[in-house]
This record gives sequence, C-alpha cells and structure tokens, in this order.
Amino acid sequence: MATAANRPAGVNGLLKLDEITTYYGQMRILEAISLEVGSGELVCLLGGNASGKSTTLKTVLGIVRPRSGRVLLAGEDVTSWPVPQRIANGIAIVPENRRLFGDMTVRENLELGAVLGDGGTFAEDLGRVHELFPRLHERRNQLAGTLSGGEQQMVAMGRALMSRPRLLLMDEPSMGLSPALVQQNFRIIKEVHESGVSVLMVEQNATMALSIADRGYVLSTGQIVLEGPAPELLKSEDLKRAYLGR
Amino acid sequence: MTKFTQELVNGLTQGGLYALVALGYSMVYGVLKLLNFAHGDLYMVGAFVGYFVLQWFGGPTALAVPVPIVLLAMFLLAGGGVGALGVAIERFAYRPLRDAPRIAPLITALGVSFLLENTMLLLFGASYRDYNTSAFISFSTGIHIGALNIDIVRIMVIVLSVALMIGLRLLVSRTQLGRQMRAVASDREAAEMLGINVDYTISATFFLGSALAGIAGVMAGLVFNQIYTLMGFIIGLKAFTAAVVGGIGSIPGAMLGGFLIGIAEAFITGYVSSTYTNLIVFGILIAFMILRPSGLLGRVQLQKV
Repeated sequence: MATAANRPAGVNGLLKLDEITTYYGQMRILEAISLEVGSGELVCLLGGNASGKSTTLKTVLGIVRPRSGRVLLAGEDVTSWPVPQRIANGIAIVPENRRLFGDMTVRENLELGAVLGDGGTFAEDLGRVHELFPRLHERRNQLAGTLSGGEQQMVAMGRALMSRPRLLLMDEPSMGLSPALVQQNFRIIKEVHESGVSVLMVEQNATMALSIADRGYVLSTGQIVLEGPAPELLKSEDLKRAYLGR
Repeated sequence: MTKFTQELVNGLTQGGLYALVALGYSMVYGVLKLLNFAHGDLYMVGAFVGYFVLQWFGGPTALAVPVPIVLLAMFLLAGGGVGALGVAIERFAYRPLRDAPRIAPLITALGVSFLLENTMLLLFGASYRDYNTSAFISFSTGIHIGALNIDIVRIMVIVLSVALMIGLRLLVSRTQLGRQMRAVASDREAAEMLGINVDYTISATFFLGSALAGIAGVMAGLVFNQIYTLMGFIIGLKAFTAAVVGGIGSIPGAMLGGFLIGIAEAFITGYVSSTYTNLIVFGILIAFMILRPSGLLGRVQLQKV
C-alpha cells in the first residue's frame, strides 16, 4: 500500500481534505477522508458505485457539509464557506451526467457558468472557451438539449471553465459516452489540465483515468484504501483487489 | 359585428387579468413545482391596497392630486406591497418545506389562502367596497363608434397588461436574473453547483409573480368597481385553468391561456348564457387535463442521458 512518502516531493496543496467525515442522515458516507491536490496536479479519485466519490466532490464544492474535518483551499480553511464563495475563489465542477440546462441555448449555458463574475472578463472567457471548443461557437444559438452527447460534454466543460477555475472537479466524465467520445473527452481534460488548471477527477474507468493522472486515490465504502502515483497504481494488484472488493 | 367586437374587448380585459394572475402561478410552479393556491388571494390583497391608496388621496370623489399620479401610486404600492407579501409567504411558509414531499407545501398553500382571506375579513369585514371609478375617470372618454363602447379604463387595462407581459418576457429571456430563474426551474441542484443563489432567485420569482397579481387586483377594482375579501378565490381557479391550458410552467403559455379563457368567457356570456360560463370554463380545464396535460405551449420534457 502506498503511503504519504510516495507522494512527489514539493507538492504544495491547492486543495486539502483533512479527516472529512460526512453523513446523509444516519448513514455515514465518508469516513475520515484525507486527500490532497497539488497546484498543477491531475488527481483521480477511483472507486466503485456508492463508494463516496461524488460526495467527496460535493463536499469540496460545498453542496454537502461534512460533520467533521476541514476543507482547505490554498491553505485557507473554507469548510464553512457557501458554494458561491468557493466558486469565486477558483473551484468549478463538471457534474455527473453534465446537468446542462437543456431548454436553454449553448450561449446561455455558458453565461450561467459566469454568473458570479462582474462581466468584465466575460468576452475574454467566452473567447477562450470557444477557442478550446470551436464547435460551441458554431452551435451557440442551439438548445443545449438538442446537442450530441460529445457536444454536451463540451458545453459542460466550457460552462465550468467560464468562472476561471484553479481547481476543476470532474464527476464521472466518461459516463454515458461512447468509447470514441471517452477518448476525445480525456484528451480535452488533459489539454485543460496542461493549460494550468488543477483537476480532481472522479472516475469508474480506472485505467483510462490513471493514464492521464499524476496521482490517484481509491475509495471503498467511504474510506481511502489505496493511494499513490498513477503509474504505480496502474500496475498495482491492490487496485484490482480494491475494485473487486476485498 | 358591434356585439362581437364588444364581447372581444370584454374578453381581452378579463383575459389580461387572468393572464397576469396565471403568470405568477406558472412562474412559481416553474421554480418550486408548487401550485400556489394562495396566489389568487394576492390579487385580492392588491385590490384592497389600491382601494386604500385611493382613499388616502382623498377618495374617488375628492382626489387631492391629478388622476394619473393616483393611478401610478395605486399600481406601484399594490405591486410592491403584494410582491413583498409574496416574498414573505415563500420565506416563512414554503421555504421550510422545500425538501418535504410535494403534498406538504400544497396543503400549506391552501392554509395560506385561508389565512389571507380570513385576516382580510377580520380587518376589513365582509361588505363590498366600491372603487367608484366613474367618479374620477370619465367613462365617456375612449373609443365610441355607434353602439360600440370601449372606455378608457378597459383600454388602459389591456394596454398595461400587455406591456407588463412584454416586460416580463424580456426580463426572463434577456437578463441574468431571468436566466437564473430558468436555470433554477430546470435543475435546482445544477444551478446551485454554478454558484447561483437559489434562495434569492426563488424570492425574486415570488416578488415578480405576486406583484403582477397585485397590479391585476387594482385593475379589477378599476374595471369592475366592487372588491371583497373572497374575490381571489374564483380568479385563482380561473388563472390556474389558464395556466394549465397554456402549459403550466410556460410563460407565453400563461399569457395565451389567460386571454383564451377570458375571451371564451366573454363569448359564452354574450352569446350563450352567463349561467353556463363557469361550467364551460372548468369543462375546458378537465378536457385539457385529460387530453393534453402539457397544455398548448408546454413541452414534454425529453432528457438525454
């Protein structure tokens, strides 16, 4: 099992979860989770169904409040911050199943991604998103619900990027996409990451996620059971075991 | 032909009022999936606010200031006051139940309706009050061709309700607040994930919807003169019918439904008999619920996964 010692030296924590425990009513979802995303890192959080991956992301964003533990963003304790304040400080999410506003246009969806901005950088941000996804410029007046799955994923990515995040949370980016689109999608995530955005990605497709990630954590029933650099996890027998259940 | 035109004008006047009230129904349904059965009573409160503003300026027979200023004050105070009342109702009655099963806020809405009706009854009694519009606005102004009479008050009601609808439509389709309202209506959690202030957006929706009902109440007082504490009940049902016919949750649908119901009523009253008006209107409601529950402009939601 990998330990903290395996972590690359000099990772300065952009995001740090410190002993997070979360309940939904009486049910414990996360048990003393600690993880870290360094500045410029692409970290993936792996695990099967109901292992607490999505809850972890929602805790980082602030939709879900932990019962105990701390969320640190660039060293600052943001545990009690509301969602808008966290977004304004550089966190954005591409939710599971994309969650686009289907009866609104592509352009309107992107505008809603910039809802917290003062509008001063809007044109610039929209330009950046259109440069990354030229297709979205072509389809700007089309209703988001009428786009193909791949295009919808682009809208969801673009919408998250409109708020200029330092840390992008990706919830199951491969879900519901064809294998070819999954490939394309991971290329885009890699590209966004290389442009300087740190990424925390939740994924069931472990091999795919680890192929582009720097490091990974494996969650199983609310606990981190395995962590380490991506190449090591890829080779790890423990990973298979963690996935198939101990 | 004169009779036809006359009934059409009557229908447009009544339809404008239905449409304004139906809009609030539909907007609230959009963001909360709640049928706010207290909405018709907000129209009644608006009519009373307008009435008391009129009295405060000296009453219909002895106005202290020019009529346009009085009318403006009546509309603004009824709109603002009833808007604020709507915000308070959402804050204290519906927000605590936001994550409860849908039947709970529905029953609460009925409770709020009774609360408003009976509070007003307690404060102002059961007797009818009279706007006595003809004492300060001459009904002889307006369009009069032969037997056709379209008085200035009806013209004002039709023009103002259409103007308010255009304004609302622009607000919802063009402004950031409008986009936020549509986002919250379409997927509340996704809206929250983008940092949209959901509570504020819902409050703003209640303010706008309630303000329109309050203004419609003043218009009703001006056109029909008599107001009373239970006047919101039947218009609440009619506006609900209009919202369903147009497609509940759809803003253009509420406008279309309002005018259709108003015009249908006028023609039934004019050419058949007023005895059958409610029978036929609620028959239309039942027919739509069975045959086309999504209404004329409502869309069946298709979700791609």
